[in-house]
Amino acid sequence: MSLIDRELAGRAIERALRRGGDLAEVYVEERHGFGLTLDDRRVERPQSGSERGASIRVVTGESSFFGHVDGLGEDDLMRVADSVAQAAAGGDARVAALGSVARGSQHPVATPPGDVEAARKADVLRLCNETARAAGDEVAQVSAGYAETRQVIEVFNSDGVAAADDRTRVRLSVQVVARRDGVVETGSETRGGHAGFELIAERPEEVAESAARKALTMLDARGAPTGRMPVVVGNAFGGVLLHEAVGHGLEADAVQKRASVYAGRVGEQVAPDFVTAYDDGSRTGAWGSDGIDDEGTATQRTTIVEGGRLTSYLYDLIRARRDGTASTGNGRRESFRHIPWPRMTNTFFAPGDATPEDLIGGVERGLYAVSFGGGQVEPATGDFVFGVSEGYLIEGGKVTAPVRGATLIGNGLEALRAVDGIAGDLDIASGYCGKAGQRVPAGVGQPHVRLAALTVGGTEA
Amino acid sequence: MNARADLEAAARRAVEAALAAGASDAEAYGEESTEREIRVYDGAVESLTDATSRGVGVRAFLDGRWGYAYGTDLGEDGLREVAAAAHAAAAVADPDPDAGLPDECGAAEIGSLRSPELDGWGTDRKVGLALAAERAARGHPEISQVEQVVYADTDGALALANSRGFAGSFESSAAWSYVSAFAGEGDDLMTGLGLGMGRGPEDLHPEAIGAEAAARASALMGARQPTSRRCPVVLDTLVAASFVGFIGGMLSADAVQRGRSLFAGREGDEIATAELRLADDATLPDGLASGPFDGEGSPRRRLKLIEDGRLLTFLFDSRTARKAGRETTASAERASYRSPPAVGTSNLVVEAGAAPLDELVRRAGDGLYVTDVAGLHSGVNPVSGTFSVGATGILIAGGELAEPVREITIASDLVSMLRSVEAVGSEARWVPFGGSVRAAPLLLGEMAVSGS
Repeated sequence: MSLIDRELAGRAIERALRRGGDLAEVYVEERHGFGLTLDDRRVERPQSGSERGASIRVVTGESSFFGHVDGLGEDDLMRVADSVAQAAAGGDARVAALGSVARGSQHPVATPPGDVEAARKADVLRLCNETARAAGDEVAQVSAGYAETRQVIEVFNSDGVAAADDRTRVRLSVQVVARRDGVVETGSETRGGHAGFELIAERPEEVAESAARKALTMLDARGAPTGRMPVVVGNAFGGVLLHEAVGHGLEADAVQKRASVYAGRVGEQVAPDFVTAYDDGSRTGAWGSDGIDDEGTATQRTTIVEGGRLTSYLYDLIRARRDGTASTGNGRRESFRHIPWPRMTNTFFAPGDATPEDLIGGVERGLYAVSFGGGQVEPATGDFVFGVSEGYLIEGGKVTAPVRGATLIGNGLEALRAVDGIAGDLDIASGYCGKAGQRVPAGVGQPHVRLAALTVGGTEA
Repeated sequence: MNARADLEAAARRAVEAALAAGASDAEAYGEESTEREIRVYDGAVESLTDATSRGVGVRAFLDGRWGYAYGTDLGEDGLREVAAAAHAAAAVADPDPDAGLPDECGAAEIGSLRSPELDGWGTDRKVGLALAAERAARGHPEISQVEQVVYADTDGALALANSRGFAGSFESSAAWSYVSAFAGEGDDLMTGLGLGMGRGPEDLHPEAIGAEAAARASALMGARQPTSRRCPVVLDTLVAASFVGFIGGMLSADAVQRGRSLFAGREGDEIATAELRLADDATLPDGLASGPFDGEGSPRRRLKLIEDGRLLTFLFDSRTARKAGRETTASAERASYRSPPAVGTSNLVVEAGAAPLDELVRRAGDGLYVTDVAGLHSGVNPVSGTFSVGATGILIAGGELAEPVREITIASDLVSMLRSVEAVGSEARWVPFGGSVRAAPLLLGEMAVSGS
């Protein structure tokens, strides 16, 4: 069963192109979500939501005209088509015939979360609460959240694209506050994927154990060192560094506006020859994966760095057309209320030959940055700053004391050049990426990676 | 006006539907808006968005438990489905003895929150405004690229009704514009942001927005990493707004009661210097978070948060107030119909001081003027208040602005920072960072600045 009739989609496209345009697109979406939280030992804020809506986009030359409406009725669609047509003019796209769409999920969902009783989801949170509190007397507060969404989309455009996707995502997150003699630390952990409830059902308490361990460990932290030193970045969430400092600069909109330090560098050696990295929206079950992107292009694995050379930018349809190339399946949007932008899916370094112990063992004095509290990058220059939420000193090739208050300060190109070792323990973590006011699920990941030198802003000399 | 009445009627019907589904109490929040966003690039429209949205969210109470549901269908069946879903969700929650609707509801008298001129502005005129902002930035000799120019406005109504007989609605509009410009090339490229906001496009000054972006970017040209030092710091208005917004979030009674705020147990304490006066005020006609009632129907008011250096109160909604044996401060905020109310700030207002920025710089002597911070939300520990954030700015030498600097971190903790405010600047303005904040430059006594 489709959300809208393809014949109706065709008429809306024609209507939108009434006054001209190079491309017209109809995007329709139905989304159901459920979530609940546990805080201060209490399950609270259970909420469910349903949305149905459509958007229409007309592209003329370098301009995009876009409108959206809540609802999928014929009147709704035609009204948006009219308002978009009124703004657009010029160009003369011919409307290709639309095929029928086959909706299916490209990623296995064993247990649709909507089929699981809400009480069971509440029990998962209670288990996480008990597990985290049992981890130590110093655990002062535990909060946990569970969220699921099922999003069905259909995309039609005047080039004949007719595609659909059925996406199910689940995510569990736990945050633990530990306190000792006025020292307060937090630890958090998440588990999420493009998958069904089975992902959560499998030992959810591990998520709580990990969050509690981080908070408790950090209670013993001392001030972070300051200065340039080798940095070993942890796997999974450590990939935030790659996402922020490199990935955003490869998104084609930034490149085309010369707002990226990576503009004009495809083919250039930007990292040592053992470094390879991907953006992979097709990776089975990963948090940032989909069957198709939000413009109807099949998701794919795009090699962004191969043998240390920069090999590709990340494209949506519009930016690909401008560069005379094909979309890499990175046209993503938060919902029907949003216009697509080139966005990362799951971005990660390929595994190497080393072990994490090799990488750490080679450092006389440095920082082991396991997870980041987040970070910020200026894509135009590649300059970045990351707060290290879980970090340790490395002394004499061994991880010694935890440290607090460390930040990594540097530049994406400089950091890529500084990579001097990659381990084999690739893992992908689930995060959200914000850009242009839109928030989309993004997988970040990597194996353990060592950077020969990076500036650490700490609290100690 | 009609849309507003329809919305209020829909909210009332949703409340009735939730009671019919078995809820002991219920509340419905409806929202309808029209939004436009125009992006221009290189003298032409890059994208133009024209959209309408409409939705309703229902909070259903059931013996001390509550659940929430939302939907976009405001027809009879749609409202019934949302109400039933909220009622069903409530059964999953654990009981909370303090949960419930506010004991007293009502609306404050405030003036119109809608631009009288917005209707008269056609799309072409708004595009013209965005193009004028771009031209103003491009016209600056040091500007190499104008990356983003955005104009956006929103015009809508919202309504709230509950089973205690409250029903209210109001209309509001907002318009804002920002420009991001680059100065220099390659490794020496620096960026600058210019912005303006108001009730409608008539409040925006495109030349000033473009010029601000250009001035900020070009002032940083040739920035280098300085040596580490401890020195007085002047925070630019935008940076001050980010910090103040963050501090405002920590004053939520919910964060305090859950042990997640560094201000827990500090009510009445001296936490700042007497120079810093901070209020939360949802009744200001030019504050974009203003309204006659909060997200659960309590009448809005002006709330003094920090005066004479003392922390006077936290921000309470009805639930946190009940828990603390207090009265609500009407601080229940709604992000949209897609989420239930939560304690938060409305318009945070830093009272402007007497000294203009150049006097703050003079008083700093040898120090740092911070024009941008990165990673504030990841760089601050909300419980301890310690922070270490990336920054760019301009060194101050002998009371004058000297060479620009980058790749630095500033580290301190929020309470030490509040206690080191030596003066508040006179140039107050609205900034959309950290919520809706009316901020001014701040002179701080001393901070650790780490560079090379």
